[in-house]
Amino acid sequence: MNTEIYKESPVVHQPAFIDGHSVEIPILKILQQDGSVYDGAELPEIDQDHAVKIYKALAFHRVLDERMVAAQRQGRISFYMAALGEEAASVGGAAGLKPQDMIMAQYREQGALIYRGFSLEDFMNQMFSNEKDLGKGRQMPIHYGSNELNYMTISSPLGTQIPQASGYAYGQKLQGKDAVTICYFGEGAASEGDFHAGLNMAAVHQAPVIFFCRNNGYAISTPSDEQYVGNGIASRGVGYGIKTIRIDGNDILAVVKAVQFAREYALKENKPMIIEAMSYRLGAHSTSDDPSGYRTREEEAKWQAHDPILRMKNWMLAQSWWDEEQETALFESLREQVLAAVKVAEKIDKPPVEDLVTDVYDQVPAHLQAQLDSLKTHIKKYPDSYPFTAGRIK
Amino acid sequence: MAQMNLLQAINNALDIAMAENDSTLCFGEDVGHFGGVFRATSGLQEKYGKARCFNTPLVEQGIIGFANGLAAQGSRPVAEIQFADYIFPAFDQIVNESAKFRYRSGNEFNVGQLTIRTPYGGGIAGGLYHSQSPEAYFAHTPGLKLVVPRNPYQAKGLLLASIRDDNPVVFFEPKRLYRASVGEVPEEDYQLPLGKAEVMQQGSDITLLAWGAQLEIVEKAAELAANDGISCEIIDLRTILPWDVETVANSVLKTGRLVISQEAPLTAGFASEIAATVQSECFLHLESPIARVCGMDTPYPLALEKEYVADHLKIYEAIKQSVNY
Repeated sequence: MNTEIYKESPVVHQPAFIDGHSVEIPILKILQQDGSVYDGAELPEIDQDHAVKIYKALAFHRVLDERMVAAQRQGRISFYMAALGEEAASVGGAAGLKPQDMIMAQYREQGALIYRGFSLEDFMNQMFSNEKDLGKGRQMPIHYGSNELNYMTISSPLGTQIPQASGYAYGQKLQGKDAVTICYFGEGAASEGDFHAGLNMAAVHQAPVIFFCRNNGYAISTPSDEQYVGNGIASRGVGYGIKTIRIDGNDILAVVKAVQFAREYALKENKPMIIEAMSYRLGAHSTSDDPSGYRTREEEAKWQAHDPILRMKNWMLAQSWWDEEQETALFESLREQVLAAVKVAEKIDKPPVEDLVTDVYDQVPAHLQAQLDSLKTHIKKYPDSYPFTAGRIK
Repeated sequence: MAQMNLLQAINNALDIAMAENDSTLCFGEDVGHFGGVFRATSGLQEKYGKARCFNTPLVEQGIIGFANGLAAQGSRPVAEIQFADYIFPAFDQIVNESAKFRYRSGNEFNVGQLTIRTPYGGGIAGGLYHSQSPEAYFAHTPGLKLVVPRNPYQAKGLLLASIRDDNPVVFFEPKRLYRASVGEVPEEDYQLPLGKAEVMQQGSDITLLAWGAQLEIVEKAAELAANDGISCEIIDLRTILPWDVETVANSVLKTGRLVISQEAPLTAGFASEIAATVQSECFLHLESPIARVCGMDTPYPLALEKEYVADHLKIYEAIKQSVNY
């Protein structure tokens, strides 16, 4: 057993405490806001097709957010969470992975799902809780999930996916899969016990998991300087003995580069990695939130100048991989598609009443069947009070 | 058939489960080479390797979070929480995650292959933090199965059924009986059904219902009652969630009387749930109020354990009161 781990430590005879910020953590930046690449920067593996695919996912994301926030304001959906200003973190993360890698997200990472190919209809069906929702209308809007696309269904309790990702990745390793798990969370979730539990479990048991922290400055209204006083979230990785990198989260090339490297390392070495992507949540936490109550317009304006989508567009233009005509056509077409999809999804029926009792267990047990039967009898007696289901009960 | 104590029966079940399926894993605090503080996992690391039977850091929420991920991935984790008293740090992972995984995703994902083993209950001079019976907290959570064996034969058959069941199961092991309870246990593979109670003894005057280690106490009380000419029917619930209403209600329809005994405190324990259901199923057949003989509504004490617990004399008194109502 390795009980002599400290034998190489220098010995001192006066108390010498180490400062919490004494470890300097560099930040990886590849792309500048004007679309030029920093001197000496090493680009990720990316060609024109890949870049266009990434850019289209970013554009889709922005249009979806803009339209769904409006749809919520019109009372068409109950809730929405936009990712304005930090889309590069989730889209770039997925773009650095392979389709067989599992994505375990927090809730502001629909960009990864967009990149994976979750259709506009799939998004709408989930948000409108209709009978075509893969989650059968059981969770609030934005709690997406898809087995086919290896995107674990979102859970509302914060940080619970972190130790689960460690276990998921450990299983992938034992079965010799050519796959890793990426686990997204915010800097706020990193305060939860599950974060510490998950990192320690992954480090000790050598699970090929990429912990991806979106440090976007705010957890609802709590700014990061009221969330932690250490050197960000990356410093925690160092403490757990996990290979760690901090990156510019608004720089999509830095995100893709870091994730590509992390994937290769995690698979080859069977070890976890942690990526802290520094960004800023330009929008509200959710449609139930009003950031004007806790931060200034000036602060937001500073970050608008770091728009990750505009930065990528500038790079694409510089590469001659994209032009303004394509840009206009793309955004116009996306806006039309989203509006049309809203109109379709909101007319689709709610899930049938039987869906209340399925999936609690693998089979419906007797007590749940009895409760369902009793409910159906009741609904038949008062059909006007249960308009979504009354007419469909056999 | 071999003579085994309850721990050996559990160890034997784990051995069978790990041998039949490469993706079955056993882990928890001190579970590896040492074989667990009670030795339930003895020899498994030597046999199946450190990758499949291992120690975890001291972090219950991590153990169950990790197990949830493994189960979602397709592995078959059997996670140990060293004492049921220490399951609470993992409460969120069990109640909000394990129990709801399938439902919330519309069955896109599930953790049905998960089994959580944990020693529960008192009688070992363990005081507040090594004696609790927390089954009622989990019984309030749709999506879980809760199983409690009462002897080595049950332990092996129910544990194998729990590991193979396609739902997350919390398996409560009566630690007072780990070495005290010895019996005949077939060495071959067998399963006992989940969700089914067992009528251990037929009787006509009153039904006695309990689970786990409490049945030994109930049997003692029934012997005292038999000396008074009272014929007791004894039922082992075996699965607390979903529980076998039919077997219990049929018995009460026959006897007209019910005494439920649990180790856990009285208020909002699972005995209360049973009492409410049975009064609704058997109202016109009841000859006396349903009685609950339970631990007191205090933390589990150390020095006054004998006074605190639902012992055979308290159950005997409840039987007499019911019959003479």
